[in-house]
Amino acid sequence: MEMGWRWDFTYEILPQMAIATFNTILAAGVGYAIALIVGLFFLLAQRTPSKIFNWVNREIVEFIRSTPLLIQLFFVYFVLPQFGITLSAWVCGMITIGLHFGTYMSEVYRGALEGVSKTQWEACRALNFSTIYTYRRIVLPQAFPIAIPGMGNYLVGIFKDTPLLSTIGVAELFHAATAVGGYNYRYLEPYTLVGIIFLTLSIPAAMWVRKLERDVNISQGKIKK
Amino acid sequence: MTYFEFLNEHGITLLLGTVTTVKVLVCSMILYVIISLIFGLMRLSKNPIIQGTATVYIEFFRGTSLLVQLFWAYYVLPFFGISLEAFTAGVVALGLNFGAYGAEVVRAGILAVPKGQWEAAHSLNFTPAKRIKRIIIPQIFPIILPPAANLTVELLKATALVALVTVVDLTFEAKQINSITWLSAQCFGTALLIYYIMARFALVPFLRWLEVLAARKVGKEKI
Repeated sequence: MEMGWRWDFTYEILPQMAIATFNTILAAGVGYAIALIVGLFFLLAQRTPSKIFNWVNREIVEFIRSTPLLIQLFFVYFVLPQFGITLSAWVCGMITIGLHFGTYMSEVYRGALEGVSKTQWEACRALNFSTIYTYRRIVLPQAFPIAIPGMGNYLVGIFKDTPLLSTIGVAELFHAATAVGGYNYRYLEPYTLVGIIFLTLSIPAAMWVRKLERDVNISQGKIKK
Repeated sequence: MTYFEFLNEHGITLLLGTVTTVKVLVCSMILYVIISLIFGLMRLSKNPIIQGTATVYIEFFRGTSLLVQLFWAYYVLPFFGISLEAFTAGVVALGLNFGAYGAEVVRAGILAVPKGQWEAAHSLNFTPAKRIKRIIIPQIFPIILPPAANLTVELLKATALVALVTVVDLTFEAKQINSITWLSAQCFGTALLIYYIMARFALVPFLRWLEVLAARKVGKEKI
């Protein structure tokens, strides 16, 4: 086996990796969209009038948050067929990522809502606004900027967790690298390329999130330009 | 097969896997705490080379996926003549990855120490090393422990990944039992429960205890 970096091999596998990168981005995007919505449901389920219902939901969120995504993936992928529900690896992966990060997202939403000062609510009560009107016009516009950094961070987080999907056979970047590496029995170039691709995508994304955070803080008057 | 029979037959195997998981957790925890302290301090250095090194390290390990780093450590490093055992590769990858996140926590913690403390230490003519060691470091613990606790729970969850580089931990055993018996709900469900119990009733109380301890040490009763 030849040692050292082989450029010809790198060029040979590059097109395959590029296609797989597209799949990774797609997986991250879809997973994120699901997580955003699931997070909303978890948030609402913790704010119902029923104390027991809220408590049960909190415990579910805690459970999902403190167990590894990898085993959750296996669980969904292997257990659902036992109950007669056979889903493709893609669907399983998206559901699991959506649920897992949905719990994180609900915490982000909760933090943002609690970040809006109580006096805002009192002022709305004094002005006789309805609850829905208060949420829509007063609370949510103020909560949203607080939630943006957290939401952005989890977008990057989901992106970095997509390689886990390869364990159940989703054909994303890491899966492609393992397949190419196994086929040619050379892992140096494929895995290094994966690392480089991740770096080139996630560092600008993280920088963008940081800029967003700064912009939000400036627009809220928390820091000066 | 009832669940009880399942536990009777495979419970011991899962428990042995859990022991390995705890070992991985403890080793990588020690490594990541040391790395975070070193690189957190380096990040605040005025020397551009030291600061640059720390920044590159942090950005690199936070920018790529842990799984990629793990596979790189296990499958690619042998190309360079460094063959690590699966356990070592797992611990090193986990420690380096979480060290990068931890370094940012430490940096934020040091910056959060009131400026007056630095000035007071300065005016008392402490050497820079003594200033950091005796004045700043003891005060950062109450500040960094809550975010570090979150990070440590994440670390426990991340230890599951070492199963993919053939470390025989809880996840590995669960997968193994699954491929023999196909009792997926039982074995993955049990594994999930064990992780949950470890996180909720062992790791989190321990970290809370540390938080209280650190707060008491600097004379604050409770945060």
